[in-house]
Amino acid sequence: MCFLCLFVAKLSVAYNPSFQTQPMSKQTAAPPSRAGADEQSSTGVIDAPEQVDRKQLAREREEVKERQKDRFTGLNHEQLIGLYRQMQLIRRFEEKSMEAYVAGKIGGFCHVYIGQEAVAVGAISAIRKDDYVIASYREHGHALAKGMSARSIMAELFGKATGCSKGKGGSMHMFDKGLNFLGGHGIVGGQIPLATGAAFASMYQNKDQVTLCFFGEAAVNQGAFHESLNMAQLWKLPCIYICENNQYGMGTSLARAMSLRDIAQKGCAYDMASEFVDGMDVLAVREAVLRAVERGRKESLPTLLEVRTYRFMGHSMSDPGNYRTRAEIEKYQERDPIKLFSASLIEEKVIDEKGLEEINKQIHEEVEDAFRFADESPYPETKELYTDVYANPIDPSRNRNQ
Amino acid sequence: MPTITIREALNEAIREELARDDKVFIMGEEVAAYDGAYKVTRGLLKEFGPRRVIDTPITELGFAGLGVGAAMVGLRPIVEFMTFNFSILATDQIINSAAKMLYMSGGQFKIPIVFRGPGGSAIQVSSQHSQAIESWYTHFPGLKVVMPSTPADAKGLLKSAIRDDDPVVFIEQERMYGNKGEVPDDPDFTIPLGVADVKREGKDVTIVARSLMVPVALKAAEQLEEQGVSCEVIDPRTIRPLDIDTIIESVKKTNRVVVAEESHPICGVNAEISMQIMERAFDYLDAPIKRVSGADVPMPYAKNLENLTIPDVNKLVAAVREVAYLD
Repeated sequence: MCFLCLFVAKLSVAYNPSFQTQPMSKQTAAPPSRAGADEQSSTGVIDAPEQVDRKQLAREREEVKERQKDRFTGLNHEQLIGLYRQMQLIRRFEEKSMEAYVAGKIGGFCHVYIGQEAVAVGAISAIRKDDYVIASYREHGHALAKGMSARSIMAELFGKATGCSKGKGGSMHMFDKGLNFLGGHGIVGGQIPLATGAAFASMYQNKDQVTLCFFGEAAVNQGAFHESLNMAQLWKLPCIYICENNQYGMGTSLARAMSLRDIAQKGCAYDMASEFVDGMDVLAVREAVLRAVERGRKESLPTLLEVRTYRFMGHSMSDPGNYRTRAEIEKYQERDPIKLFSASLIEEKVIDEKGLEEINKQIHEEVEDAFRFADESPYPETKELYTDVYANPIDPSRNRNQ
Repeated sequence: MPTITIREALNEAIREELARDDKVFIMGEEVAAYDGAYKVTRGLLKEFGPRRVIDTPITELGFAGLGVGAAMVGLRPIVEFMTFNFSILATDQIINSAAKMLYMSGGQFKIPIVFRGPGGSAIQVSSQHSQAIESWYTHFPGLKVVMPSTPADAKGLLKSAIRDDDPVVFIEQERMYGNKGEVPDDPDFTIPLGVADVKREGKDVTIVARSLMVPVALKAAEQLEEQGVSCEVIDPRTIRPLDIDTIIESVKKTNRVVVAEESHPICGVNAEISMQIMERAFDYLDAPIKRVSGADVPMPYAKNLENLTIPDVNKLVAAVREVAYLD
């Protein structure tokens, strides 16, 4: 961290009245993994370390792992292994989708979730099946975690009739009404008011469902974010806003895009409970979301979670990646959420290497099967071009004769 | 049949649909405690309470999107824009979310929502508060766009819009809220979307007019009758989908057409109607179609300049005489 950044950070604290008058009063738990000024400054290209201090990283990783293992309490082996399985499925699914993209089988945009798996998996493990989930265009992982099949998602990526959206949505628009997965949405922040509406419907109908709304940190700069949080707190809507802070909006670092980079702090602007969460620890995410879910169900109140994570791959498949250093990426790869969790599982004797290999083998087969299924599925029939435009298509000549 | 204003007809439609279906609610700026900026929602808060009649902050993108989200999971929101000028802030949610959700979800998520409020020209409020933007919404597949011109149409069409399973953009005319007309008091009275109405029968020239241009066209037709020209006035009422068949039938009879609208001429609904007539009835036309639109300028404040921007009876009379080769 450079001294100039430290100076600026201190200055902004001194001149920001919200720091003085509202010291995170709504925080529900101590922020054990709050990155603070140190980690925030490292998000900029300029401040990124040129050299990787492997010893230091190893020490940090051990500390995080010990904290993670402390969170095993209350979860049985099946649940723990289930979390691993889902994260690994997302990782392998995304690797396969990258392969398919390069092979020309997937068109358009393809935003993969590699590195962020602990966020979707930890969060969705904390809700019921009838709760709603909505996400951005980087939503393959959330769709899998909500229970959608790898087949239906891969087929959608391939633009096939068997895809979850019949090949009409593609990578950014996975939907499953039966699973209350309200889709992937392509306009940055566009899903945030929609999530607020789903939570409104739960409140309106006096149901105790909650809505998980996933978005990236870049969406926080959109008006849709602020308008939604204001209404959600004002009207007590059970919506859990999960900001997946992967620290880059496409190629623009957080430091270059946001004046107040402490996103959890923005909850104060709406008198909303907020929390900072380590997004590389699947159990930390789960615990934070469980607290938010309880607040949503019991008090019909929203929560803002800032989940610090990192995407290991580019923004999309066409990302040149020239805006961040190799050293920075390696630093975060040391905190790979899947490696961390598998190490914790083995050390706590939840499962052994052989057991993990067996799961990995099953996942490999599941992903290969999804690929084959997508590849062999038919494209939508041409008559599908004009279906699903209207739920009630109107034929004026028919209506006129009524 | 009772004679009521368009304002009262809209109020009745909303009241009846709120009473009929608990999934229906109305939200918007000043719709509840203030009784509506234009009093369309008068008395609804008192009758249905704050759960069903909801005042929003001034946050158009936010509450439009909230409505779409609520519609995704089964509610039937009526979202009021105080005026459609402010809907411009919400276009991302209307176009990118509401209009496309059913299609991009492969038919899974229908969006039964009505976006309604006054649009078109208002009196001396200058450029940002006085404009007709229906062509924006009409452009997008997935939306239905309705513009009533009488109290009966307003009530019957709004009830159909609320019961429809698709997003409907329902544009009222601020200057017409006080216009009166007979309206059936049957709570089951509806008018289907997508059906044009012949507001006046005639044989020499067809005038296609909507919203504020309908009463203007009817007055022009009266004057022209005295001049020996018989005009047929057709109000499409729903401009997406457009009941082009009714227009074509009229054109085949009169062979001459004037299209009238308040909005700017470039890429307007008039342009679309004219093109469809050309495609479908070119051989029936005895004169080029004449288009009468709002002036191609932002709306000015000064009364004399404002008067020049909005088509009036004189302009329509002149246009009809032109296509009838009378001048």
